[in-house]
Amino acid sequence: MKNTAELSLYVPEPSGRPGDEPDFSNVPLQDAGEQRCPDTLTPEIELRDMPYGLVRVLDDDGKAVGPWAPDLSTDHLMRGLDAMVRTRIFDDRMFRANRQGKTSFYMKSTGEEAIGAAQSLCLGERDMCFPTYRILSWLMARDYPMTALGNQIFSNAEDPLKGRQLPVLYSARDYGFYSISGNLGSRLGHAVGWAMASAYRHDDSIALGYVGEGTTAEGNVHEALTFAGVYRAPVILCITNNQWAISSFSGIAGGNRTTFAAKALAYGIPGLRVDGNDFLAIHAATDWARERALGNKGATLIELVTYRAAAHSSSDDPTRYRPKGESEAWPLGDPVERLKQHLIQRGDLTEDGYTDLHEDCEKRVRAAIREAEAVGTLGQSKPSVKAMFEEVFKEPDWRQIEQRRELGY
Amino acid sequence: MNMVQALNSALDVKLEDDPDILTFGEDVGYFGGVFRVTDKLQEKYGLTRCFDTPISEGGIVATAIGMGAYGLRPVVEIQFADYILPAFDQLVSEAARLRYRSNGEFWAPITVRVPYGGGIFGGQTHSQSPEALFAHVVGLKSVIPSNPYDAKGLLISAIEDDDPVIFFEPKRLYNGLFEGRPDDPVKPWKDHPLADVPEDVYRIPLGKARMVREGADVTVLAYGTMVHVALSAIEECGIDAELIDLRSIVPLDIDAIVESVQRTGRCVIAHEASRYGGFGGELSALVQERCFHHLRAPIERVAGWDTPYPHAFEWDYFPGPQRVIDAMQRTQEV
Repeated sequence: MKNTAELSLYVPEPSGRPGDEPDFSNVPLQDAGEQRCPDTLTPEIELRDMPYGLVRVLDDDGKAVGPWAPDLSTDHLMRGLDAMVRTRIFDDRMFRANRQGKTSFYMKSTGEEAIGAAQSLCLGERDMCFPTYRILSWLMARDYPMTALGNQIFSNAEDPLKGRQLPVLYSARDYGFYSISGNLGSRLGHAVGWAMASAYRHDDSIALGYVGEGTTAEGNVHEALTFAGVYRAPVILCITNNQWAISSFSGIAGGNRTTFAAKALAYGIPGLRVDGNDFLAIHAATDWARERALGNKGATLIELVTYRAAAHSSSDDPTRYRPKGESEAWPLGDPVERLKQHLIQRGDLTEDGYTDLHEDCEKRVRAAIREAEAVGTLGQSKPSVKAMFEEVFKEPDWRQIEQRRELGY
Repeated sequence: MNMVQALNSALDVKLEDDPDILTFGEDVGYFGGVFRVTDKLQEKYGLTRCFDTPISEGGIVATAIGMGAYGLRPVVEIQFADYILPAFDQLVSEAARLRYRSNGEFWAPITVRVPYGGGIFGGQTHSQSPEALFAHVVGLKSVIPSNPYDAKGLLISAIEDDDPVIFFEPKRLYNGLFEGRPDDPVKPWKDHPLADVPEDVYRIPLGKARMVREGADVTVLAYGTMVHVALSAIEECGIDAELIDLRSIVPLDIDAIVESVQRTGRCVIAHEASRYGGFGGELSALVQERCFHHLRAPIERVAGWDTPYPHAFEWDYFPGPQRVIDAMQRTQEV
């Protein structure tokens, strides 16, 4: 039959906008425990169904079910929960601090706390993550001092990055946390290069890089995936699919046509699609990819399906572009609640115990932020202006030296 | 050695010297690069130290930055300067700022080798001189040798440098001297004193200009191919000009420039890149700021015209010796 339709331009639209009912019926789901768990050394060609499923471990009752269920100690899980709870409290307090004018900018990771926490606890001390700005829980899980976070956010005299960087664009090498920049996707290739260097040196450390689903449209993501595939780099490349890139829904990045994990197919690397609000599933999938990388089988792409429960940043108001109540309607629930429920279900935690943990976390966060505030918030305190001219190069050239003098430092 | 051999020798001695050095790029492995600069290095040092990459300048530089942050010292080739722009974000937003923004926790000790410049009938996609784009970016160094001896010594310094260096190689000079006179027979390097290149490691510090010719009447500032064009122009017209080969534009040897112009009172700046917004504008401003009371004539710029690099009009576009002579003469008329 001849196609005689008149051409028309298609522009995708989300399932709802403000005033509509939230609708996630287009998000492909699978029940906990359903997705198969192949051996980590399985040839890629036998893994090509994986990007279309969904690795989930925690069922609706908080029970860990199925072949992906990891064997994790109570202590390990409690560390994860502690990191996630502190991340959420810290985010709330810092968002308020922004509203009070104590910092110019803030970005929360609410709803996505399980990702950084699980992967931070899964990987080793010498592994390096190449984060986005929504991976704070990685640092929390490794007990990065929260006062230092506060100092960075307030750009005060104790700011570990000496006032040079926008709030939340941290760098913490000793905690396996690469320097963040505001350019999207530009560090994914660094993760691949880092991993290739590790392989070149016959080292045993791997790299883990993150981009959001919106950023997968950037050319640099394609470049990084190409290199990762070609050189079998020991790297885990993660797409945190939180459904929204500021006001653009995931369909604007191509998410309506296929899954983001399925992008792996074209590069000849395995793609896993994982419940990003399920601490145990994230941990298990990351461990799978880590083992595979250390077995010299190369890279794995992991799509972490989650939901950005808060605004994009302190400069954003999501009520203007997405339906009210979406966060509550999100079918994969809340990551903190789900891990808590699991620990209760295991008999390792009680509601009272959780209340105590939460209070303890609040206390620690409050004390840390107070300490940072005592040094000073934005405008009250700042690092020496001298620092502005330092580390442009390893050694300054005559321009920095002359200009520093000109400014009077 | 010609310039290709000198560059190859620099890579060879450094690969020999330091296991953390590796080199990669499009066609650089088995084939040895389209200009042969990495010839036989894969054979000698193995597949993991000299290899081919996907056609992906952004990917090449991103990978190099990651390796550099890990602790290696990668040297990458971008096949033509005209093709470096897909890597621009990596160089500008990442390599140049990594040390600064991480307060020294991470840095990118990478060298990006880039054949640049015209005179080879390459049209707009194989002839450009984009050095000004990079000189404007704080955190990047830009080095431009003009002869085999400097090429080896500067490349070794660039590789050993802990900051990212863009190493512009004047490809018209790779296999012989070029004075901007396309009808003259090609002059091989072998008769030139600066083609006498030691086999061993030696270094030329970045940021130190070379006095090519001392003179009293005017200072000519040039780099890359234009050093030879300017020298030929000076020899032809008989003006007693002082010629300085800048060797690197970041870092810039400001002291050598100021000392010379204050002495001669006149200044001509020559580069192949188009004029408006070219690096000559920066040089002109610096000379004006620092030598104003010594200047006896307006500063002259000799540059490519403000058009894309044209194929059929190569020699109308290219700032050859006559344009340099005209500029020098204008400075003498005041």
